[in-house]
Amino acid sequence: MKITVAGVKKEFDDGLTVAKLVNLEKVETPQYVTVTINDEFVESGAFENTILKDGDEVEFLYFMGGGR
Amino acid sequence: MAFSNEQLERYSRHIILKEVGAKGQNKLLSSSVLIIGAGGLGAPAAMYLAAAGVGTVGIADADEVELSNLQRQIIHSTEDLGKAKVQSAKEIIERMNPDVKVNTYRIFVDSSNIADLIKDYDFIIDGTDNFPAKFLINDACVMAGKPFCHAGIIRFKGQLMTYVPGKGPCYRCIFKNPPPKDAVPTCKQAGVIGAMGGVIGSLQAMEAIKYLLGVGELLTGYLLTYDALTMEFRKIKLPSETKGCAVCGENPTITELIDYEQSECDGVSL
Repeated sequence: MKITVAGVKKEFDDGLTVAKLVNLEKVETPQYVTVTINDEFVESGAFENTILKDGDEVEFLYFMGGGR
Repeated sequence: MAFSNEQLERYSRHIILKEVGAKGQNKLLSSSVLIIGAGGLGAPAAMYLAAAGVGTVGIADADEVELSNLQRQIIHSTEDLGKAKVQSAKEIIERMNPDVKVNTYRIFVDSSNIADLIKDYDFIIDGTDNFPAKFLINDACVMAGKPFCHAGIIRFKGQLMTYVPGKGPCYRCIFKNPPPKDAVPTCKQAGVIGAMGGVIGSLQAMEAIKYLLGVGELLTGYLLTYDALTMEFRKIKLPSETKGCAVCGENPTITELIDYEQSECDGVSL
């Protein structure tokens, strides 16, 4: 199946969970990333149980704390 | 308000723009923006707002200028070392544009002072370097119904979003709570390329100016991310469903401001 991850279309095996995708994409500090699928938030406790489907658009939103 | 000849010339490149005009320039001159944090983001933001003729610029920062600031905080100079950042910033702005009134607040924002600080300003810019301050600014602005532009920078990356009351998600809609102390690296720990403050801080100034003029589309409902190494900007659509947010939602559970624990490098210049 094809999933768009951070704007890039990629091929993945069926049954991929958000937790697995976070791992595959080598997300930095994965426990603090916010994930959206098709413009909806995924609850942070639901990564293991959320299964992605063909055509989904996934975004990772990262904490960025610097500024001064 | 009638322009002086000097003002007509100073703001001529604005006045000629159909989106600004004499009316828009007058709006800017009668507007006020508060910048919290006079550093990597706050320095360019303050300078562009001042040059643009935003009539009142407030700057809040408790720190003094340190040598490690000067790689990116372009409003401060070598001769300002040891000087209060708000004073150094005020001196530069007054030299840039005598039309601008500068209010300085030599404080770190916390739950006891932020509501009073933001209440008289039209727009707030978050130029802080830590999550407790970023959540505090968000919550205070949501509670007071103030628009603000959030930004963060680290290494070769930066991001920003704009909150306008009643229009799209707030910072807490996306990031529910601050990460634990030291769980996410800061600029001091991870570094930041100096020009990143220039890119993102200038974009924050742009959002403030567009808001004040009432032109164009703001980054409400979007997070703009910038990666300098790949030279990619991405405008990421944020979920519009915000009813459940703890602060801006329909039944907020956060109704008082919170002072979260500061990470180890807060209170020192990053």
